[in-house]
Amino acid sequence: MSEATSPKIPVTVLTGYLGAGKTTLLNRILSENHGKKYAVIVNEFGEIGIDNDLIIGADEEVFEMNNGCICCTVRGDLVRIMDGLMKRKGKFDAIIVETTGLADPAPVAQTFFVDEDVQKNACLDAVVTVADAKWLSDRLKDAPEAKNQIAFADVIVLNKTDLVTKPELAEVEARIRGINPYAKLHRTERCSVALADVLDRGAFDLDRILDIEPDFLNADDHDHDHDHHGHDHHHHDHSHGLKHYHDEDMQSLSLKTDKPLDPNVFMPWLQNLVQVEGGKILRSKGILAFHDDDDRYVFQGVHMMLEGNHQRKWKDSEPRESRLVFIGRELPEELIRTGFESCIVS
Amino acid sequence: MKEFTPAPDSASIVSVTDRVKPVALGMGVTSVHFLGPRAAFVGAEENVAFVDAKGEVSTVAVHSGGILSTASDGKRLVMGGDDGKVVSLDAKGEVTLLATDPKRRWIDAVALHPDGAFAWSAGKVATVKSGKNEAKSLEVPSTVGGLAFAPKGLRLAIAHYNGATLWFPNMDGSAEFLPWAGSHLGVTFSPDNKFLVTTMHEAALHGWRLADNRHMRMTGYPGRVRSMSWSAGGKALATSGADTVILWPFASKDGPMGKEPAMLAPLQARVAVVACHPKNDIFAAGYSDGTVLMVRMEDGAEILVRRNGTPPVAGLAWNAKGTLLAFADENGDGGLLEL
Repeated sequence: MSEATSPKIPVTVLTGYLGAGKTTLLNRILSENHGKKYAVIVNEFGEIGIDNDLIIGADEEVFEMNNGCICCTVRGDLVRIMDGLMKRKGKFDAIIVETTGLADPAPVAQTFFVDEDVQKNACLDAVVTVADAKWLSDRLKDAPEAKNQIAFADVIVLNKTDLVTKPELAEVEARIRGINPYAKLHRTERCSVALADVLDRGAFDLDRILDIEPDFLNADDHDHDHDHHGHDHHHHDHSHGLKHYHDEDMQSLSLKTDKPLDPNVFMPWLQNLVQVEGGKILRSKGILAFHDDDDRYVFQGVHMMLEGNHQRKWKDSEPRESRLVFIGRELPEELIRTGFESCIVS
Repeated sequence: MKEFTPAPDSASIVSVTDRVKPVALGMGVTSVHFLGPRAAFVGAEENVAFVDAKGEVSTVAVHSGGILSTASDGKRLVMGGDDGKVVSLDAKGEVTLLATDPKRRWIDAVALHPDGAFAWSAGKVATVKSGKNEAKSLEVPSTVGGLAFAPKGLRLAIAHYNGATLWFPNMDGSAEFLPWAGSHLGVTFSPDNKFLVTTMHEAALHGWRLADNRHMRMTGYPGRVRSMSWSAGGKALATSGADTVILWPFASKDGPMGKEPAMLAPLQARVAVVACHPKNDIFAAGYSDGTVLMVRMEDGAEILVRRNGTPPVAGLAWNAKGTLLAFADENGDGGLLEL
């Protein structure tokens, strides 16, 4: 079919709790001189000042799919809007979907995996979450939606950093990392982040799952200030300026082995795991080294939905390690660990 | 499975490709209709192109943006656009603005009644305008997927999430909800007014027998059904969505309940659009690889109208007498065939 040859339109999902600064970021993206045209899908139609030619009001209708998979929900309105937008192909280069502050990002993301027609024309680029440095810590305590948005994010724009002190900032970052250590985190005032850091991320592109190290191990913008304001009673790790938090119900779990995995055990295990525990697992990713296989295998998933593929040959220079990451709510850690270990070729 | 690729002179199938008058519109096409003697090719954006029997093209601007929905009764087209407008276009090429959404929301669905009434939807609200009467609106629980008028009386079917709503716009409190889990996108009444059929977001149709609201599940499609067409007299419903045309039997009072559909015209491509002949038991089918076939329902005999190797067929239409077939692919390349 000829449409397979036309490139898929990248879709950025913009989430964030009420007042965090989503609209500010959106307007920055639209007003910057990048020569690109965006179709913008917003929910509060006509009520926020966004200056863009193609702006579409959405209703955030979450539909259950009739496929026996309980957490398999899609945004019905998005399916319809994508269909309509495809009539104007060529009039825009990318799509931004802004969700309401209370929205769960999963149905939006799943729309791009489940719906055949949507999948044909568009691909999810990244989930970008704008968080309010001043209020996020509170919201994480009282708003499960805010926690979902952090857990789901590929990119977190920690905004309004000018309104907090350094220890407060360290605190909120640590809380974010307690939930999602893998997202790229950018500290901003008035969402002044480089657009290359939020757009065209390819976070769902299997070919670009290169590295699943926690972001803060790679980042070079650590707060090395040792915090002389005296509020750091629970600092344990002064060398990083990062506190370690363990969120009570939302965690990430990372697994690693340098021994090869048996694909005939691993694949059914993973399938079964997301079938049974997919409601709890928000995101999953992995780079795998299989026994007797010179190719790297990569996968990524959203709840019960998985996609994976052989990516490329292992390079001689790189260790043949398998790494998996799960982010989710009340993850059954022991069950996952023992299950994973049983996939190792002994 | 038949393949038409390498053998243009193959004797295995009758071909009329050399009798097709080619049409090149240079615009994306989403549906094809006949208005009087001329074929009307509805563009993805802004324009409708008329093509007469000689192959002459004249283009009419109808919307200032994407054309999202189209309905036709053979005399005029009613269209809804992403400019928030409902417009009609008659056979002479005259455009009339019928309605404008106050918030300029997308007009997602339109329907046309044989007596001239029309309906449109924006978001969750469906509106009917009948003659000189005031427009009447009904809000359903979720965004309207599709609209269809019943063949008799002023009754509108509204497809939406988790079912369809039947509504007599001139009778207050008459909305009747037909539940079925899932998202319903397209809707059609059988010509005898006995059945309502919806296309679903899942690869399935759902039907209700209106006398007792009994359910008919029509499943097994590999892809979503986007095109449905009633055969002459309403004996069968031809549908797209598989690599054959699926024909559900509706001749008996039970419709397709407990029956197998006929599967005709298999190719190694998905059926994208179907259009039944207005008088005879013949249909035309357009495929995802650009093939167009005419098929006799009785025995599945096929005539090749257009070879494969182009974008998916976007629209097919017969004129009222059934003497002309018009078709176009998504890029606006198509043809006219006189029978």
